[in-house]
Amino acid sequence: MKQKLSVASRILVAFSSGALIAVFFLPAWRIDLFAPQYPEGLTMNIWINGLSGDVDIINGLNHYIGMKHITVDMFPEFKFLPFVVGFYMLLGLLVAVTGKRKFLFIYLVLTAIGGLLAMLDFYRWGYNYGHNLDPKAAIQVPGLSYQPPLIGHKRILNFDSYSFPDAGGWIVIGAAILAFGVWFAEWYHHHKLEKKQK
Amino acid sequence: MKHYHLKSCIPLVIALVGLLWIPGCKPKGTQSAVSGNAASKVYVAPGKYDEFYNFVSGGFSGQMSVYGLPSGRLFRVIPVFSVDPEKGWGYSEETKPMLNTSHGFVPWDDLHHIALSVTGSEHDGRWAFGNANNTPRIARIDLKTFRTAEIIEIPNSAGNHSSPFITENSEYVVAGTRFSVPLGDKLDVPINTYKENFKGTVSFIGVDKTSGDMSIAFQILLPGINFDLARAGKGRSAGWFFFSCYNSEKANTLLEVNASQKDKDFIMAVNWKKAEAYAKAGKGVKKAVTYAHNKYDDAKHSATSTMMNEVLMLDPKDCPDMVYFMPCPKSPHGCDTDPTGEYIVGSGKLAAVIPVFSFAKIEAAIAAKNYDGEYDGIPVLKYEAVLHGEVKKPGLGPLHTEFDDKGNAYTSFFVSSEIVKWNVKTLEVIDRVPTYYSIGHLCVPGGPTKKPWGKYVIAYNKITKDRYLPTGPELTQSAQIYDISGEKMKLLLDFPTIGEPHYAEAIPADLIMKNSRKIFKIEENKNPYAALGDNNAKVERKGNEIHVYMTSIRSHFTPDNIEGVKLGETVYFHVTNLEQDWDVPHGFAVKGANNAELLIMPGETQTLKWTPEKVGVYPMYCTDFCSALHQEMQGYIRVSPGGANVPLTFSTGKTAPAATEKKDTTAKPN
Repeated sequence: MKQKLSVASRILVAFSSGALIAVFFLPAWRIDLFAPQYPEGLTMNIWINGLSGDVDIINGLNHYIGMKHITVDMFPEFKFLPFVVGFYMLLGLLVAVTGKRKFLFIYLVLTAIGGLLAMLDFYRWGYNYGHNLDPKAAIQVPGLSYQPPLIGHKRILNFDSYSFPDAGGWIVIGAAILAFGVWFAEWYHHHKLEKKQK
Repeated sequence: MKHYHLKSCIPLVIALVGLLWIPGCKPKGTQSAVSGNAASKVYVAPGKYDEFYNFVSGGFSGQMSVYGLPSGRLFRVIPVFSVDPEKGWGYSEETKPMLNTSHGFVPWDDLHHIALSVTGSEHDGRWAFGNANNTPRIARIDLKTFRTAEIIEIPNSAGNHSSPFITENSEYVVAGTRFSVPLGDKLDVPINTYKENFKGTVSFIGVDKTSGDMSIAFQILLPGINFDLARAGKGRSAGWFFFSCYNSEKANTLLEVNASQKDKDFIMAVNWKKAEAYAKAGKGVKKAVTYAHNKYDDAKHSATSTMMNEVLMLDPKDCPDMVYFMPCPKSPHGCDTDPTGEYIVGSGKLAAVIPVFSFAKIEAAIAAKNYDGEYDGIPVLKYEAVLHGEVKKPGLGPLHTEFDDKGNAYTSFFVSSEIVKWNVKTLEVIDRVPTYYSIGHLCVPGGPTKKPWGKYVIAYNKITKDRYLPTGPELTQSAQIYDISGEKMKLLLDFPTIGEPHYAEAIPADLIMKNSRKIFKIEENKNPYAALGDNNAKVERKGNEIHVYMTSIRSHFTPDNIEGVKLGETVYFHVTNLEQDWDVPHGFAVKGANNAELLIMPGETQTLKWTPEKVGVYPMYCTDFCSALHQEMQGYIRVSPGGANVPLTFSTGKTAPAATEKKDTTAKPN
């Protein structure tokens, strides 16, 4: 296997890592809540460095079931996530500049691990919020927890909650797919060459 | 004798009973007036929106109501001139100044007419104006909040009926006095000296282009007659205002006879551009008067009332070419200008014809000084010279006229209880439909503007008799909506109204709904008594006043336990609704309060004044079903005897308030 990536691949990797800049300007994830009283829906947007949307209203409603108040400073992630994304962008650029196949491999492995860790962390917070409830809460349903769905839909009391990537998140996913695609294309191209040489 | 008398009656009784059996001796019922597909034309499916907002005056209710068209569904009653305990209007400390006048606090009035703001004689959806007929005032309603933003009193006026009609770019709303009265210093005069001592005025109230703030620009001093209704010109006639006048006989008693003697009264034409120029040129005289100007501030969430003491009076004697009279048959009521501004329709309540005046002819008659003498020094134009023509045999008791977008006019007839459609140019009657019963005003969406939408005409009726299930002696008034998209008018729907509807206007929903406010931002709340957050809630003693800075959020008040109030003290509950979510008002009520509740919108602060008169523990609670735990949204306030030693304390969520003595007068949270 040749050690250098093709020029096209290097441009694509540069583009893919460059696209990560989107999460500095667009929210990465969103949770939407719909209820009979909220036909227009309540939205919480999760950024890499904070929260936006109807957080105060959601907190106001959550106090009935004894959920903790959601505030930005409770999440250490918001402090270091921008640096993590910056690191990935630099790494991607390094891949593009050097064109080293090995670096691309490392980049992809780290991307996979990063994505997995992010979802794990998100799940952990969701679990924590959904289960650690104030024992004096007004509404207590035995056996019921209020953990939001990791991804997809879940019915929580009168709310239909939806958890999906937001615009920034979709761009990250697209960028990751592109990077993996580059790897696959390189592999496929190489494979065919080897066959021909045989 | 008696016996004989009875006997002779028997055949007569039999004959009368027999008459009862004669069938069909009655006019046809009203059911036949509705055609098959009427229901589908007014059916607005659940969750769907109406096409038009209909702003309907509440008449003697003093309020303005908002309906949807074509469904006829009632959305809101906007408190304007009358107190409304349901909304705390006129009861909360913040709203009381809105009802202040030179006569003090006036808790009721009679709102007759609506004028929606216009730009270029087309609706712009910014403000609705309404008049107070009894204690002369004009109110401006902000259509972002659907609340009364401003009320200005009109001095030198009595019975502000000819109001609040509006000029083409909302430069002015007008106020013509219905009663002429003695003015100035000579107020205590015999009533029968009417002819010498009584005067009329019309006022032009300037409206600020951006804020909408009103101020009386000038008044015009006029003969002692009665001003009834008015309309501004449009297009070429936009610089003019037309007022209908009755009682040119100058009667001061039994007007139904004495003011109906003359064959013709007047429509008064005022060149307001010229009047404005005269006012600017210093032709007016400043008169000492007293009137209140009340404004509501959406940031402070409170009103202020300012007493004004001067008004600029223009006398037509010093201002030539400003005012003219046009003879108009028999006590004209309605005075309406068509969408082009060329035609002015006068409706003599007792006249057999509808005269239509031509603006081009008015201009020509003025230029040629084609006068028919003077009335109190004001030139009277020759009837024939200014007349476009008369609608012959239109009906009985013509009152008001609205217009569609196809050159047709729709005139209401009180006596013959019908709407008559006629062509403005040809003056030919096209169609007539009955109303149930005795229509007063009528409304075509955009009808008074340059751009009528001409889809419906709505009749506002005075009498409903057999139209609805009976409710004792007092029956509802009603509106009826007719489809006017075709040649023939078709009755679609009846709907009951609040109070007594007089004039109404309708406007496409999209001109208003996009601007409708959802909440007040808590960070913009500048009420001096606001508690912006639970942590800022407190109770303070100032002399013999207790000020409670209270917050409300689903589903608790902070504080909700208050002790240390003494008999003889007055408690002010300043309640701030901390919600920032649409449609989550909180209410507040305390037992025994001699006023009303508060209804506090998200982000707003309102104050209830309460002077307890007995020792005890008083409950207080949220009155607006705010949440699943609304019923739990409650608290207590303890009132001790005058000399009691109970320290002033407050708390929320503490079961045992520490009743420690405190030296300073400000209470500390437990």
